[in-house]
Amino acid sequence: MSPAIAAPTAAQPALVKYAVVNGGIPVSLTGVPGDPARGKAVVLDRKLGNCAACHRIPLDAPFQGSLGPDLSGVAARLSVPQLRLRIVDADAINPATIMPAYYRVAGINDVAAAFRGKPILDAEQVEDVVSYLATLR
Amino acid sequence: MIMRQRTGLIALAAVTAIVLSWVFVRPVASATDPSVAKYIVGDEKSGYVYLDAQTRAMEDDDISNPGFLWVDKGKTLWNTVDGSAGKSCAACHGAAESSMKGLAATYPKIDPHSGKLIDIEQRINQERTQRMGAAPFKWESQELLALTAYVKLQSRGLPVNVATGGPAHQYWLAGKQYYETRRGQLNMSCAQCHVEYAGQHLRADTLSQGQINGFPAYRLKWQTIGSVQRRFRSCNVKIRAQPLPYGSPEYVALELYIASRGQGLPIETPAVRK
Ligand code: HEC
Ligand code: HEC
Repeated sequence: MSPAIAAPTAAQPALVKYAVVNGGIPVSLTGVPGDPARGKAVVLDRKLGNCAACHRIPLDAPFQGSLGPDLSGVAARLSVPQLRLRIVDADAINPATIMPAYYRVAGINDVAAAFRGKPILDAEQVEDVVSYLATLR
Repeated sequence: MIMRQRTGLIALAAVTAIVLSWVFVRPVASATDPSVAKYIVGDEKSGYVYLDAQTRAMEDDDISNPGFLWVDKGKTLWNTVDGSAGKSCAACHGAAESSMKGLAATYPKIDPHSGKLIDIEQRINQERTQRMGAAPFKWESQELLALTAYVKLQSRGLPVNVATGGPAHQYWLAGKQYYETRRGQLNMSCAQCHVEYAGQHLRADTLSQGQINGFPAYRLKWQTIGSVQRRFRSCNVKIRAQPLPYGSPEYVALELYIASRGQGLPIETPAVRK
């Protein structure tokens, strides 16, 4: 199911190409490490990550969801490359998942005009989220 | 007079319910709670079952239930002459309490004239254009919501009873496919939220089975009553999918499929939801 290399298509011009190796994306999408403080803000922002809608997160956020696993200690379970693929394209790990692919535009139907052709997060925001998750040990 | 008293009570009840729903976080009734048993049939649960006690109480009392503002208006419209034929609904159908009893529970349904699947709103507008010589009411207009709520109230407590075989079957299949297809920038299907994760918390909301037996329903968030298709559109917007136009065949087919998932659940119109 998960392609070794995400095929760049005409519909996906702005996205950084990345390689999937052993169930993870080993190389930073921006080439530099993200910023955990900014990542925490992206995770909480309801218009960006909105991660607490589905996950419990060890943060002061009201009404945390119960659709996904508790993210406390997630960095002890998953490596940084694994965390990165999970954010970029959770479908590559579980094709039936409800977790959105935050950095993918291909193969998604019926997108509202304002969001068409755009990933939910940009490459920098993905790296910021990954670096925040890496602090959850 | 009665109308004005009711408006005051409702405004108070609405504010109270919102405040209470903040104070008591997710007070969801257990399925074995006798106070929700009437809205559980086998594995099917109305959205009522997932509500807090305050919102349920607001729905249960016809005086505090804001949906009855529209029911009252619908009753007036039922008796109002309109159109070139000089007739009201009552002129042909008499008392709605008997002539409309159980009818809305069978919609959406195949229209024998066109052979197409139509929902109850479309049926009401068909009566207006074809029999009364009147203009159709716009979707989500106060008039269409009111008359739909009034007609559906005549089925309250009676089981949803839609036909899914024969000529309806292709529509049912189309509705099922829409329901199960992931869409929108968040790439989610109706079924993921309302089948796979029903009962789980999506932030402050408890995901229900997404049943439609209570529509048109008064939503505290909307501060008005809304049609079932308005609810579909909100869920589409939430996952950043393109909402379909009101009355589109895909949404009517979706209504049939969801109604069939809740076959046997009692009609609950006008429901109150958060
Ligand atoms: C709509 C629900 C939803 C949203 C929103 C969501 N997730 Fe998830 N997530 C899940 C589910 C469900 C799983 C469990 C595995 C699966 O279904 O693929 C999961 C799994 C994960 C995992 C793997 C956890 C483990 O222990 O294996 C991580 C890490 C993760 N999510 C992080 C995030 C972050 C960070 C965000 C926001 C940027 C986010 N998720 C947003 C539903 C969601
Ligand atoms: C991101 C999750 C999500 C998705 C996807 C979703 N919904 Fe919902 N839906 C909700 C939430 C949250 C509510 C309000 C609480 C409840 O009743 O579940 C709701 C409510 C409803 C209701 C009202 C139920 C009631 O009793 O008042 C209906 C009907 C409904 N959804 C249908 C749909 C349909 C049809 C689709 C697909 C087009 C869909 N939903 C997709 C989250 C979702």
